[in-house]
Amino acid sequence: MEHGTQNSDPVVSNRTMEIVVAGLFALVALVVMADSIRVGNGWGADGPKAGYFPFYVGLIMLVSSLATLAVNIWRHSGERTAFVEKHQLALVLQVLVPSVVFVILTAFLGIYLSAMLFIAFFMHWVGKYPIKTILPVAILVPAGLFVMFEIWFLVPLPKGPVETMLGF
Amino acid sequence: MPEREGNLEALGSLIHGFGVLADPMNIAYMFIGITLGVLIGVLPGLGGANGVAILLPLTFSMSPTSAIIMLSCIYWGALFGGAITSVLFNIPGEPWSVATTFDGHPMAQKGHAGEALTAAFTSSFFGAFVAVLLITFLAPVIAGFALRFGPAEFFAVQLLTFCSFVGMGSESPFKVLCAMMLGFALAAVGLDSVTGELRMTFGSVELLRGFDFLIAVIGLFGIGEILLTMEEGLAFKGKSAKINAKVVWETWKSLPRYWVTAIRGSIVGCWMGITPGGATPASFMSYGLAKRFSKNRQNFGNGEVEGVVAPETAAHAAGTSALLPMLTLGIPGSPTAAVLLGGLLIWGLQPGPLLFVEQKEFVWGLIASMYLGNIAGLIVVLTTVPVFASILRIPFSIIAPVIVVICAVGAYTVHNAFLDIVMMLVFGVVGYVFKKLSYPLAPLVLALVLGDMAESSFRQAMLVSQGDLAIFWSNPLVGSIVTLALVMLFWPLISALLRKRQSRQDGGTQVMPVK
Repeated sequence: MEHGTQNSDPVVSNRTMEIVVAGLFALVALVVMADSIRVGNGWGADGPKAGYFPFYVGLIMLVSSLATLAVNIWRHSGERTAFVEKHQLALVLQVLVPSVVFVILTAFLGIYLSAMLFIAFFMHWVGKYPIKTILPVAILVPAGLFVMFEIWFLVPLPKGPVETMLGF
Repeated sequence: MPEREGNLEALGSLIHGFGVLADPMNIAYMFIGITLGVLIGVLPGLGGANGVAILLPLTFSMSPTSAIIMLSCIYWGALFGGAITSVLFNIPGEPWSVATTFDGHPMAQKGHAGEALTAAFTSSFFGAFVAVLLITFLAPVIAGFALRFGPAEFFAVQLLTFCSFVGMGSESPFKVLCAMMLGFALAAVGLDSVTGELRMTFGSVELLRGFDFLIAVIGLFGIGEILLTMEEGLAFKGKSAKINAKVVWETWKSLPRYWVTAIRGSIVGCWMGITPGGATPASFMSYGLAKRFSKNRQNFGNGEVEGVVAPETAAHAAGTSALLPMLTLGIPGSPTAAVLLGGLLIWGLQPGPLLFVEQKEFVWGLIASMYLGNIAGLIVVLTTVPVFASILRIPFSIIAPVIVVICAVGAYTVHNAFLDIVMMLVFGVVGYVFKKLSYPLAPLVLALVLGDMAESSFRQAMLVSQGDLAIFWSNPLVGSIVTLALVMLFWPLISALLRKRQSRQDGGTQVMPVK
C-alpha cells in the first residue's frame, strides 16, 4: 500500500482498455468462426461436423464482446479512472521484464542457472539487498528444486551446458 | 426402505475407506499435503488452484489414492491458509477470505488475533465437516441417479453449470460469457477426436496438442496474481499471532453461541459449492446474512467473532462441496476442483457416476481422507500459525522471483515442453488484464477443462435427435434442468426487470445492494 496514496499519471484509461480488450475478443471470435466454417459448421454424413460446436462458441463470443464494446463506447464513465498508472506500470514491468528474460534464458542455460540469475538480479535490483542476503536465497532455492525434482521425484527439468558439464 | 439401505451402504463403504487410510504413508502424505497447502494459501500468487496444478506432476509416481489424498489435503490446507493472511495482515490470501478480513483483521488490531484465528479455523472445520457429511450421503445417491443419464442429460447439467456463472456472478454477464467462450474456444484447439479434423492450429505443430488448462491455471492465477500484487506495491505489515491452548479453549467455549450462524453459513456454502457459485460469493452471502440477522449487527466490521464465523463456514463448505459434482458427475464446481479432476483424468480415472461403481476403494478413500484431512488441517494450522505468519514477513522482492520460478517449473513439468513456460507468461499477462477489467477467470478455466466433454455430449445428443434441439425437453428431467439453466442464463435480465417493477410499486424505496 506504500504507493497507493501517491498520484501519478494514468498510462491508459479504463475505457480505452475495455474497448481494446472487447475488440480483441471480437477478433478472436471471428477467427474461431472463420476456422469453424473452414472445417465445416454444418451437418455431415455422419453427424455434426468438426466446426459445429465451435462456430456457436465463436458466435456467442462475438455477440457478447460487441455488447461490452457498445456499452463502453456509449458510456464515458471509464474515462476518468485509470486502468494503470505510470508508477504501477513501472512496478509491473519490474517483474514482467525480468520474468521474460528468465524464460528466454531457460531455453539456453537450463532452469536452475537461470533461476539463480533471476532471483539474484531481482533481489539486487528491486529489493536492494546486500550480497550476503542474495547469495543464500539465489543458491538454495534452485538447489532445493534440483534435489526435489531430479533426485527425489525423478522429474527432469530443463538443463543447460553447466549441468551437462557436471555430469547430469 | 431403500433410502436407509443406501445410507447403511454409504457408512459401510466409508468405514472401508478409513481402512485405506490406515496405510501410514497415506497419513504422511496427508500431513505433507496440509502443510504445503497452508504454505500455498499464505503466499501471494500461489493459490489452491495453481498450487495443486504445480504440484500435480509430483504425484505421478504415487498410487492414485495416495496422490488424490495429498492433492485434496493441499486444497484443505490452502482453504485454511487464506484465513491466516486475512486476519493478521488484512490481505486475503484467497478471494474467498476477503469477507474474513472485515471482522478478522479488526479483531487482530485489538489484540485478539488468537481468538480470531481460532474462530476462523474452527468454523472452517465445521463448514467443511457439514459438506463432507453431505458428500458421504448424497454422492452415492446422485451417482446412482446419474448412471441413467444420457448425453442430453449430461449436456444439460453442464449447461446449468455454465449458466450459473452468468446468473450468480457479480461481473457483467457479457464478460462472463466472453471469458467462458474463450475457454471453450481454447479447448477446441487441436485435433478433433470425433472427426480427426485439425481445428484452429493454423499449421502450427505446437498447437496440435491444444491448450492445457493446467498451464492456463498456473499463468492466470499464479503469474497474474504476482503482477497484481506487485502493482499494489504491497508491503506486508502484519499483526503477530499468539495462539496457545488457553486462547483456543476460551474461544471454543464461546463458539457454540453462534450455532445458527454456523449452520446457515454451511447451508449457503454447500448450495453455492454444488451449483458452481463458488466459495467467494458464498462467503460474502453468508457474511451479509449474518449481519442482517445478528443481534450485534452494529458491531460488524469492528471485530465481531460472528463476522468471522459466517464467511469461514460458508467458504469451507463451498470449497468442499464443490467436489460433490466433480466426483459424481465429472463436473467440477470450482477451478481447484477442476484441477483435481484433471489429475484424476491423468491417472486414467474418469470422474462421473461410474467411478462409484468401478473405483469404490478410490472414491471412499478420498471421502474418508476428507474427514481426517480436515481434522489434520485444524491441528496443523492451530499449532503452526506463528511459523506461517513469519513466512509472510519475507519481503515481496524475495518471494516474487521465487514464485515465478516455481510457476515456471510447474508449467514445464506438465508436458516437459519449453513452450508451455512461454504460454504460462502469456496467460499471466492475460490474467492480469482480465482481473483488472473484471473478466472472471473461473468460467474460463472450467470451460477449458470441460470443453471437450461438453462438446462431445452435445454432439452425441444431437446425433441421437438428428439435430433437433427438442431433445433437451424430451423428458421432464432434462427439460427441467435445461429450463433452470436458461433461467440462470437470463437471471441478470430477469432480476433487473423484477427490481424495476418492485421499485415502481414501492415508489422507489431503497433496493438491497447486490454486493
